[in-house]
Amino acid sequence: MAIRTGAQIIWECLMRENVSTVFGYPGGTILPAYDAMLDYPIHHVLTRHEQGATHAADGYARASGQVGVAIATSGPGATNMVTGIATAMLDSSPIVCITGQVGTAVLGTDAFQEVDITGVTLPITKHNYLVMRVEELAATMREAFHVAREGRPGPVLVDIPKDVQNAKCEFAYPDAPIAFPRRRIPAQVPDDELERAAEMLNQAERPVILAGRGVLLSGAAQQLREFAEKTQIPVVLTLLGLGVFPRQHPLCLGMAGMHGEAYANRAVQNADVLIAFGMRFDDRVTGNLKTFAKTAKKIHVEIDRSEIAKNVHVDLPLLGDARAVLEQLIPRVETKPREAWHDQIAEWRSETQARDVLRQEETEGLAPAHVIHDLWQATEGKAVVVSDVGQNQMWEAQYYRHDEPRTLITSGGLGTMGFGLPAAIGAKFARPDAEVWVVAGDGGFQMTQAELATIVQERIKINIAIINNGFLGMVRQWQQMFYERRYAATPISSPDFVKLADAHGISALRVRRREQVIPAVRSARANPGPVLIDFRVQQEDCVYPMVPAGADLREMIRRPMEMEMAK
Amino acid sequence: MKHTLIALVEDKPGVLNRVASLFRRRAFNIESLTVGRTHEPEVSRMTILVDTELTAPHLVEANLSKLVNVIDVHDVTQTPTVMRDLALVKVRADAGTLAEINQLADIFRAKIVDVASDSVILEVTGDEDKITGLIDLLRPRGIIEMVRTGQVAMVRGVNESGTNKRMNGNGNGHGNHHQ
Ligand SMILES: Cc1ncc(C[n+]2csc(CCOP(=O)(O)OP(=O)(O)O)c2C)c(N)n1
Repeated sequence: MAIRTGAQIIWECLMRENVSTVFGYPGGTILPAYDAMLDYPIHHVLTRHEQGATHAADGYARASGQVGVAIATSGPGATNMVTGIATAMLDSSPIVCITGQVGTAVLGTDAFQEVDITGVTLPITKHNYLVMRVEELAATMREAFHVAREGRPGPVLVDIPKDVQNAKCEFAYPDAPIAFPRRRIPAQVPDDELERAAEMLNQAERPVILAGRGVLLSGAAQQLREFAEKTQIPVVLTLLGLGVFPRQHPLCLGMAGMHGEAYANRAVQNADVLIAFGMRFDDRVTGNLKTFAKTAKKIHVEIDRSEIAKNVHVDLPLLGDARAVLEQLIPRVETKPREAWHDQIAEWRSETQARDVLRQEETEGLAPAHVIHDLWQATEGKAVVVSDVGQNQMWEAQYYRHDEPRTLITSGGLGTMGFGLPAAIGAKFARPDAEVWVVAGDGGFQMTQAELATIVQERIKINIAIINNGFLGMVRQWQQMFYERRYAATPISSPDFVKLADAHGISALRVRRREQVIPAVRSARANPGPVLIDFRVQQEDCVYPMVPAGADLREMIRRPMEMEMAK
Repeated sequence: MKHTLIALVEDKPGVLNRVASLFRRRAFNIESLTVGRTHEPEVSRMTILVDTELTAPHLVEANLSKLVNVIDVHDVTQTPTVMRDLALVKVRADAGTLAEINQLADIFRAKIVDVASDSVILEVTGDEDKITGLIDLLRPRGIIEMVRTGQVAMVRGVNESGTNKRMNGNGNGHGNHHQ
């Protein structure tokens, strides 16, 4: 067995976990690890902020399904990771964060750059470790990767004091994660429960499938499609579920919830059986819990027992991995035409379409929805879109039709502004051949725009669409609707984004009119380097429909019809 | 109603902190929590009483099970269980009242473990009702201070899948869902 330093062991372990790229930022207590890095064939991406490193690791994980890795020094480096860790936690994204820590001899003395980061991140990690002895490091790293990806994935932090990085011991990578016997996810759902589920579905007249990110995490998109096609049950998606079922499939009703399609919400509210796969009945999906899908018997397929009966009463919980459950369920369900139900939904859908802004050829100023729609067309629906947070995120979700899993990457649970650009960097490293687009608001983009320099240093090709409305748009929308248009702290100025890009050596364009959108997107695609497009859109457009927070899903504020607008 | 959960946890630094942090974060209302060693050196045991009016016990159990350092959790509310609580109670006592307190102690099988000129310390073990009963009777005599350990619980008999046996990942589906 070979003798290695703790610093070397970190990289030895990463090599064995097939990590090819890490995202990080160096500093005093992580110096030994950085020094050892030079001897290993792992690519390090220097982000411009540790938040960027964690979002990039997260974006990497979401785009690839592999564990993303971020590295930072102790103290401020570690605390800068907090937002990124919480973002990964809320969206069950597998990342491993490695932080330096002050030496074990001074731990607990408020030494320079000492922060109790395992304490700070305790509630926002799936698990975390403080490694006190170099002999424990390899086993801890092994377990950290295992915990990050097993069951319902999540972020794991490993805090390594500087002297532990310098200490030496014999290195051996354990074959199996040791001392970790306790995950109780049954491989098989009991037969009688499956029979009951099949019976409920076979007898249903107005069934709806509600699919979330769990379907993606379990790799069950194909099985979901088979299941939906066999049963002819319409599919409604959560924001993080977009892509797990083809948006253009005739059975797909798109997104449900606060900014979901009106007909999708109606289908949910009128369903007699609702089968949910890998989603957690978040308040942005359910609206008022008391009135949510009241007429529906609910079946909940979920890997995490603590999500079952947390928010809504469930008639039949099926505890397990979405793919395993789907595979067991498919042979048991019957094919039914369900014509009356489909006709009803089609009627709701045509009513929605009549209101759609896409029907409006001309709008006063550039409509954000048109930008997204045209982006979708010009990229042939094939791009990996990494959206930021706010109105831009909702328009993206509504108008970019994602047909493939892992083509939309967005911060759903935490809604972290500034996620888009750094996460896109991670996504590009995970899928170098993919066409990656950032869609961001002018506010969120400014939060992490320093990462433009990272793109340039790394020479990667990412395109950026800023939906620039001069406001913190989503908050402005709430102020318009619920605070009498009192725009407190939501008007926001921006640098000249074209010049900003230029200062970085990034090509940039400004677009103000609809007819310029597709040519601009095309020129960005044709450019071998990164391109930023500053879309100057209508300042006060709103995302429709909107279910006010906590309201019944049927109480949707709708986009005013053209004639209503004309008044 | 109250539910009793028994959790076997790894005896490592910070585990109690993780459990407490979970309860706080999820706003679980916990009536009492006790921790102590078991016959296995690396395993500690927690007895947790949950007030079900405010907190759904299945969510406490499910969330505890997710903690990496938690080996096993059982809700033993429906299982025949021995429950014990220990209290130390210091009451005012002088020559005039000592005999009376002695009598009370006898009835409740409490022990007088310390006598001072102005007070005595009683030690009483038993279930919740018994201890509360004694305390109610002592209260008018002037309780100076009191401490209770909180309840500990043990299931009766040898139960195969139960709390006397560590789960060891044999055939519990662990690892089956990897891709
Ligand atoms: C880090 C962070 N701070 C604050 C918020 C609250 N918030 C949600 S949406 C939003 C406005 C976003 O504005 P912008 O980035 O310009 O995008 P738009 O809504 O205009 O598309 C804000 C401030 C948040 N989600 N994240």
